[in-house]
Amino acid sequence: MPDPLISLRNITKVFGTGPTAFQALKGVDLDIAAGDFIAVMGPSGSGKSTTMNILGCLDVPTGGTFLFRGHHVETLDRDQRALLRRKYLGFVFQGFNLLSRTSALENVELPLLYRGDDRKARRDAGMAALDKVGLANWWDHTPAELSGGQQQRVAIARAIVTRPDVLLADEPTGNLDSERSVEIMELLSGLNREGITVLMVTHEPDMAAFARTVVHFKDGLVERINANHHEREAVSV
Amino acid sequence: MFGTVFVLAIRSIRRHLLRSFLTILGIVIGVAAVVAMVTLGKATTSAVQQQISALGTNVLQIRPGQGFGRGGGGPRPPDFDPEDVTAIEQQVAGVTAVAPQASTTATAIYEGANWSTTVQGTTNGIFTVQPWPLAQGRIWTPAEEQAGKSVCIIGNTVRQNLFRGGEAVGHRMRIGNISCDVIGVLSTRGQAGFGGDQDDTVVMPIKAVQRRFTGSRDIRLMMVGVDQAYSTTVVQAAISDLLRERRNIAGGKQDDFNIFDTKQISDTLTGTTTLLTRIVAAVAAISLVVGGIGIMNIMLVSVTERTREIGIRLAIGAVANEVLMQFLVEAVVLSMLGGLVGLALAQLVILAATPLMQVPWTFDPTINMVAFAISAIIGVVFGFFPARRAAALNPIDALRHE
Repeated sequence: MPDPLISLRNITKVFGTGPTAFQALKGVDLDIAAGDFIAVMGPSGSGKSTTMNILGCLDVPTGGTFLFRGHHVETLDRDQRALLRRKYLGFVFQGFNLLSRTSALENVELPLLYRGDDRKARRDAGMAALDKVGLANWWDHTPAELSGGQQQRVAIARAIVTRPDVLLADEPTGNLDSERSVEIMELLSGLNREGITVLMVTHEPDMAAFARTVVHFKDGLVERINANHHEREAVSV
Repeated sequence: MFGTVFVLAIRSIRRHLLRSFLTILGIVIGVAAVVAMVTLGKATTSAVQQQISALGTNVLQIRPGQGFGRGGGGPRPPDFDPEDVTAIEQQVAGVTAVAPQASTTATAIYEGANWSTTVQGTTNGIFTVQPWPLAQGRIWTPAEEQAGKSVCIIGNTVRQNLFRGGEAVGHRMRIGNISCDVIGVLSTRGQAGFGGDQDDTVVMPIKAVQRRFTGSRDIRLMMVGVDQAYSTTVVQAAISDLLRERRNIAGGKQDDFNIFDTKQISDTLTGTTTLLTRIVAAVAAISLVVGGIGIMNIMLVSVTERTREIGIRLAIGAVANEVLMQFLVEAVVLSMLGGLVGLALAQLVILAATPLMQVPWTFDPTINMVAFAISAIIGVVFGFFPARRAAALNPIDALRHE
């Protein structure tokens, strides 16, 4: 078996200090292989969001080691983590989090702007990403002019425009009805088949069924890991 | 990186046009006020200087009595006489000419038109002392002056009213009870600085005025021209000594005459208007600072309002410095925009105010550049604190912000 893309060893996270301190993670071990599609499940307070924040380099663990492509991440400073996010990670949030009063294309181009791409490169890549999520004709619409499902697809286009290694999705279907949810999941599955590693937090078993691997969290620890190849085949019509 | 944050800042300003406009309003007014006040103040100063230089810059005016007016009680100090004039002319070094003056008012009549005006008796020295050339004709000859001939040089207002703008030189008009030959017309001088029409006058040899109008040899005013090479202060002291001696004033007593230095008045007035300009500009500068605080205020609100946006930017890989620069550049671009609009507004104010204030229109590049530079600096200073706050946000908290 090749080295995992991401490797967490004995990750702990404590919020606050003294008597009010709260231990959110109590020693998480998790290996994520390149190309996997992982659904993270668990009741609220189980540590799944904290783990996702650490995996997304938005937060740092209190203890333990975090290897990404064999490099230590837990020792990186704020700006180094930002550069790592810029280069290797893409984010999709439950609330879409698009910039308001800003066209779909400008939203999608934003990560490229920070990467320093020129105008033409930004436009070409942005349009390609919008095309991939099926919204090429909607490039000049602002979020207010788009439906929830469309907004989430713009957010996915923004996440993949930099061709990241890992796509992190925090309850991407949480604000959508079941029909739109399935559309989004199919989109994520398709991206995964093209080689992007997908990490998704969800509490809906229907959505988790799209993943190759389901990681269950409980009380700040990984409770169990299930593989579910056949279920995914069965659900995706 | 600068190109990126510049694009972002412009986009953000464009997306919130009304808010951006309200943000820069303080700077607009501040810059406009500073530039307009300083420019108008300088124009006023130069207008005052111009008016005073029309009196002649190196001129001493000598009158009997202390200071302005008649002074307190006691006997009225005596007027000067023609011997005083000769004495100053001959005994004081640095004096180019002395023009005694005796004046009265009289009605001038020509072919049925009549006009009440001031009659000034003086010598040819007046034309040396004051830069007041003739528009037409000639000044009187020393012989005419000596004889007190009835010849007159008229101001333009008199010419307009008496001769209806027609030819005056060579004609004979009546003034008071006498008739006199018009030999010259003075060039137009316009309004005096402190009211009164300087062109409403008839100038005659002093002997004619003394003999025919005032009936005495008294001289109320002497205008003394001072050579450029001499200090007016030194000449003033010399004249003072001479007059004290001639008027028998004892050692401890005060002068019973006063010598007025137009240069001194000029300096005083210039100093006063300059000071006023500075005070008004300082008040305007305060409004500029208030404008800067306005920018900081809106930028702080904007940082709070856009917390989630900042979170998104951080999540997709913006480093802290890029967020800081975006907000800083936004503040600087806004305040520079305000500066530009303020400069334009100032020009409008100046254009509207100069005719009302009767001062010449001027454009002062220095104050325009300084005000613009200050507006940019205000952007940096007042934009830095909100920008730093934005950059210091934790991405997770920022993303969760509602």
